[in-house]
Amino acid sequence: MTTTVEIQTKANQATYDQAPLFRSWRDYFTFSTDHKVIAIQYLVTSFTFYLIGGLIAALMRTELATPESDFVSRELYNGLLTVHGTVMIFLWIVPAGAGLANYLIPLMVGAKDMAFPKLNAVAFWLIPIGGALLMASFFFETPQAGWTSYPPLSTLNAKLGQIIWVGSVLILGTSSIVGAINFFVTIIKMRIPGMGLNQMPLFCWAMLSTSGLVLIGTPVLAGALILLTFDLIAGTSFFNPTGGGDPIVYQHLFWFYSHPAVYIMILPLFGAISEIIPVHARKPIFGYRAIAYSSLAISFLGLIVWAHHMFTSGTPPWLRMFFMIATMIIAVPTGIKVFSWTATLWRGKLRLNSAMLFAIGFVSMFVIGGLSGIMLASVPFDIHVHDTYFVVAHMHYVLFGGSVFGLYSALYHWFPKMTGRMTNEFWGKVHFGLTLVGFNLTFLPMHEAGLLGMNRRVAEYDPSLTFLNQLATVGSYLLAVSTIPFIINAIWSWHYGPLAGNNPWQGLTLEWITPSPPPAENFEGEPVLGVGPYDYGVTESPFLEKLKDVVSGLTEKGVAFSEVQAIDLSAKTKTALLDPQPPNE
Amino acid sequence: MQSPTVNPAQAELNYHAATSAASHDHHGHPDHRIFGLIVFLVAEGMIFMGLFTAYLTFRAVAPAWPPEGTPELELLLPGINTIILLSSSFVIHNADTDIKKNNVNGLRLWFGLTALMGAIFLAGQVYEYSNLEFGLRTNIFASTFYVLTAFHGLHVCVGLVAILAVLWRSLKPGHYSSEQHFGVEAAEIYWHFVDVIWIILFLLLYIL
Repeated sequence: MTTTVEIQTKANQATYDQAPLFRSWRDYFTFSTDHKVIAIQYLVTSFTFYLIGGLIAALMRTELATPESDFVSRELYNGLLTVHGTVMIFLWIVPAGAGLANYLIPLMVGAKDMAFPKLNAVAFWLIPIGGALLMASFFFETPQAGWTSYPPLSTLNAKLGQIIWVGSVLILGTSSIVGAINFFVTIIKMRIPGMGLNQMPLFCWAMLSTSGLVLIGTPVLAGALILLTFDLIAGTSFFNPTGGGDPIVYQHLFWFYSHPAVYIMILPLFGAISEIIPVHARKPIFGYRAIAYSSLAISFLGLIVWAHHMFTSGTPPWLRMFFMIATMIIAVPTGIKVFSWTATLWRGKLRLNSAMLFAIGFVSMFVIGGLSGIMLASVPFDIHVHDTYFVVAHMHYVLFGGSVFGLYSALYHWFPKMTGRMTNEFWGKVHFGLTLVGFNLTFLPMHEAGLLGMNRRVAEYDPSLTFLNQLATVGSYLLAVSTIPFIINAIWSWHYGPLAGNNPWQGLTLEWITPSPPPAENFEGEPVLGVGPYDYGVTESPFLEKLKDVVSGLTEKGVAFSEVQAIDLSAKTKTALLDPQPPNE
Repeated sequence: MQSPTVNPAQAELNYHAATSAASHDHHGHPDHRIFGLIVFLVAEGMIFMGLFTAYLTFRAVAPAWPPEGTPELELLLPGINTIILLSSSFVIHNADTDIKKNNVNGLRLWFGLTALMGAIFLAGQVYEYSNLEFGLRTNIFASTFYVLTAFHGLHVCVGLVAILAVLWRSLKPGHYSSEQHFGVEAAEIYWHFVDVIWIILFLLLYIL
């Protein structure tokens, strides 16, 4: 019996038979315009910043191991929490998502590269510049107003640090916008002719939604930061009530971007998980359209809920009602995705490898974060826990338990494609186990601490909360340790791992028909969809029937089957051979 | 079982696409720059939307607008400036029509004229700034006024540079033709964008 993977391969034999292109490490230090090189530059750079952000988190947890402020000064603690938040958002999760998108979008839509390769490289190189600028603040003055930089906190003290912060975020925001233009145009315009929007892999749907959010949201943040810069440097009073300004305006503009930003950080991983689960469950994805359109719904709703961050900022009650209800409605499209993934797993032939374990971890942890999100959406509860560790716990369950678990899952899943070699499964599982335990040990107690009234962003706390905080501190050290097996595994496997071959997971999306790592132009000719992206276990394909007719027609003319497959379907000779037999109506 | 995402009708399409793909293969990199520019301008427009919203909120919250003691804005000069900028959008469109007929001289004429009109607009704005009786820090109206007009002025400058760059390149024979004139179109679209933003800005700051 022919499997769908064989159909997809045969339909694209010429691409399948190309030689893989193993690159020298030096290629990654050049201004390359190849989307695959840029993607790895993104991923490695952002992972480096993840380690820096993680180190800062460990310092903060060390400070919080005791109720007194004794390990770092209060000013430095403020600096650490500000830089930690900024690094993890703007230098780790957002660019890591862009890295994945860079690698996968052209391969998945059957293009040779992104729509604007040079612009793509520019978008990447802005990241190290913005990151270095932010790190430089440690040598001058650290920004101290948190990653939200609310005035008047941001305009009153540590002005130099604040200016550095604004500059860095503007550069990183520009990178994000430029990247999004590329993703948007590539997905809309560069799909192979046979791939309608509804044949597109779900990762592309997710990136379409993400890019839309970046394009609409990020510029508004830039607007807010321009006004903040004037307040900082030129002495205007946009956000200063004594001069007729209004600090609440900053909060509105800031959250108009920064709420969608949480979807910018989670949607790419929603997309990646929708790819990974069907491959390793060997089942068609449950509810393709439901997942695809719920991404769009999340994008749209994500744009109209920002003021739920401002329930305690004097937002009028009728407006709070609107934002509360809109926020709760987001749980519907998100729930649709979770149910679809669960239904895909249901009775599948699961392969419990590292990628799948992290994917299941992603869904489970994200559900916990999602539930506390619905609690926080409700105004009375939010007023009670606003600015407490309950919020910190919620946010880390969605951004770490969600995005970071998702990124790890994606890295294990596509590592063979990117490097041509398999990772070590044993150490992958160790990595998963340590991460899962460390993560829950760190962030689960924070729910309790928050409900008991522990304030976020303060270096000191009530001594009665010491035990919960020490649990979290131990957990954070465990998390730090958990990255070690991953780093060693990744580096070792990149050099010595067993060769992966084109399609180690038997996947159906187009990246798996190319060699691993794919050659410079990805495909030989234009790839063809033999079957849909999730037709696992589907034995009948109308396209296969057609292909069989064509092949039998050719074999009758004395051409051997193997030779037929060796000819790319898009070749002109084939067209000529096919023309005498018009397809049946 | 879930329905496969490639249905028979689509398979037919795929089949045709596969067999006819050869015709548009190996053409080098596809050109989607105009679409990319439009997507970029959407993002660019959102910065202005953010600033406009901030302006409207300051205005809604303020007890009086403009705040008491703000000198009246002169309307004559900005009015003339607006007319010049708006007409330049029609002028620049002629260049597009001309280059589509391979008329490079026409392109140069209309782009030169647009550049001149853009420069007059900028000069007018500088003149207005130097004669205003309030400064950046006078009050919240003055601050928003300067930031909004200057940010728009910056965009006029960028548009002007783009137009001059096209003019410079058009000196090279055969650089632009009826087939190939992305630069001309891009500069024109950008110029229209700058124009539309100015209309909103003018209405917000001077009229309403």
